[in-house]
Amino acid sequence: MLDISDLHVEVDGTEKLHDINLHIGQGETHILMGPNGSGKSTLLKAIMGFGGYTITSGSIVFKGTDITRMPIHERAHLGIGMMFQHPPAISGLKLGKLLTATSHLGSDAIEALAQTVNMERFLARDTNVGFSGGEIKRSEVLQLKVQQPDFLMLDEPESGVDLENMGLMGKEIANLLEKDVHIVNRRKSGLIITHTGYILDYLEADQGHVLIDGRIRCHGNPREILRVVKEKGYGECLRCKQM
Amino acid sequence: MSALQTDVGDIERLPEKDRERLALTGLEVGMQNRCGSFFQIDQNVIQTTCGAEGIEMIPIKAALEKYDWVKDYYWNAVPKDKDKYTEYLAKQENPQGLVVIAHEGVKVEMPLQACLFLRDEPVQHVHNLFIAREGSEINIISGCASSWQKEHGAHIGVTEIYVGKGAKVTSTMIHNWNPGISVFPRSATVVEEGGTFLSNYVCMQPVRKVDMYPTARLIGRNAVARFSSIVVATPGSTLDLGSRAILGAEHTSAELITRAITTGGTIISRGHILGEKDETRGHIECKGLILKDGIVHAIPEIEGTLTGTELSHEAAVGKIARHEIEYLMARGLSEEEATATIIRGFLDVKISGLPAVLQEQIDAAIDKAESGF
Repeated sequence: MLDISDLHVEVDGTEKLHDINLHIGQGETHILMGPNGSGKSTLLKAIMGFGGYTITSGSIVFKGTDITRMPIHERAHLGIGMMFQHPPAISGLKLGKLLTATSHLGSDAIEALAQTVNMERFLARDTNVGFSGGEIKRSEVLQLKVQQPDFLMLDEPESGVDLENMGLMGKEIANLLEKDVHIVNRRKSGLIITHTGYILDYLEADQGHVLIDGRIRCHGNPREILRVVKEKGYGECLRCKQM
Repeated sequence: MSALQTDVGDIERLPEKDRERLALTGLEVGMQNRCGSFFQIDQNVIQTTCGAEGIEMIPIKAALEKYDWVKDYYWNAVPKDKDKYTEYLAKQENPQGLVVIAHEGVKVEMPLQACLFLRDEPVQHVHNLFIAREGSEINIISGCASSWQKEHGAHIGVTEIYVGKGAKVTSTMIHNWNPGISVFPRSATVVEEGGTFLSNYVCMQPVRKVDMYPTARLIGRNAVARFSSIVVATPGSTLDLGSRAILGAEHTSAELITRAITTGGTIISRGHILGEKDETRGHIECKGLILKDGIVHAIPEIEGTLTGTELSHEAAVGKIARHEIEYLMARGLSEEEATATIIRGFLDVKISGLPAVLQEQIDAAIDKAESGF
């Protein structure tokens, strides 16, 4: 589904990602770990196509189409979606209006989807304005439920979420990734940034990657990586033999 | 001249383009959602009709003749010698304009419309009085427009609004001028005890100049005033706008809200709240968006003269944040769609207490302007 080859990304004239190679197949969910500032969010934003994340060489191919230079919204139309860690608060733009503007759904359908994540009261509020940490995440999940992307990128879905909300979030994210569907028939893929690995309590991931200083240093079983990092820190990944 | 004329033939005979322009200022010829209508072309009043019981709409000359007491309201809130424009108006031997009287306790939600249309004359002058007596409630849409082929001209208007005890006046003014027209509204409002004054102003089409600084004096306890302005300055337009509230009695409050967009023109957004009595509150909020190089100059002033007043202001001027556009693009909107959606939100000042038909009128004006962004 997603093929990243020899990717180099610059931010403000400094190369932040070096020679990234990543393959995510249909139906697979991958975990991306790494210390703060290692370039995880940069990778997600480069895949989404945000301005300021300049691809100096390499390529991103999605569903067989080279999207390296494609505008953001065309990537979204192709089926890429993203849950933001720090989405902007847009004053005046009601969440309900945003959902109507970005989909073909009627207000009844949107209302029904909002109820599944306890967000129906927020449809009439300005998007993300004054939302708590948990509300922001639920707003993001709701937007993705409306968008129904085939490839879902989640930037730290656990951050700022209390335990009760985490249960709901985990279940909804698993649904978005069609975890209830057998791998053979599953169409949805994901790439999840996590520091804590709590998300793995709610869904199985197929592969893990560790990003350090802008390079992928290690691939492997996500739970194994999580265990090693918890016990020995990211330094151990630098010595990892699985590269 | 009779006080009541209902000949709308002159309106229906206007060219299609002019009727469209008027419709965008809120004029409904068929009056489906209006309970009264006043229509003045240049200096000629061609329609005055009102179907609401307890509400009178009368051309100003007739009103001054009909009720002796109307003269007490005439040139009272606005002084004759305020500036050269009021002096010009005061010199007119044949004053034109509209007097609305809402009699005691009469509440009408359906709006009255007052339409002022500049077509042939170089200058249109208007003097309006809106008098809401104790416990009454009225909504007035003032639509001001110039003919599509009118290249140059000026509109000078004095509006004096009197909100009686516990009364409520919602005044929505929508402008639709041409690039060569200059406009000088001179308005003032007096709000008595427990009265509420809501003023909404929308100007999103090209104009040479709009120059106004309406003032609300809150003279009775618990009086409330709110001014909301939604304006767009296109290249060549200068909008020098302000609003002022004088908190002249205890427990009064005022809010001045402006959303200003420039696409190349100049907007000066002034505001002044004077807190001169205890237990008073006031807030000024001005948000400006610069879509293309132009000027948005916010000048909020808050002035308190004693410990019991609480005043604040916030002003922000800038462009649309890139990350907001990209956020919506990540949800599938093109850059243009994302920008328009954000602008729409920016302008979406929901005004509590505003009747739905007035909000629809404001929304229609925004929709019309938005297609030009």
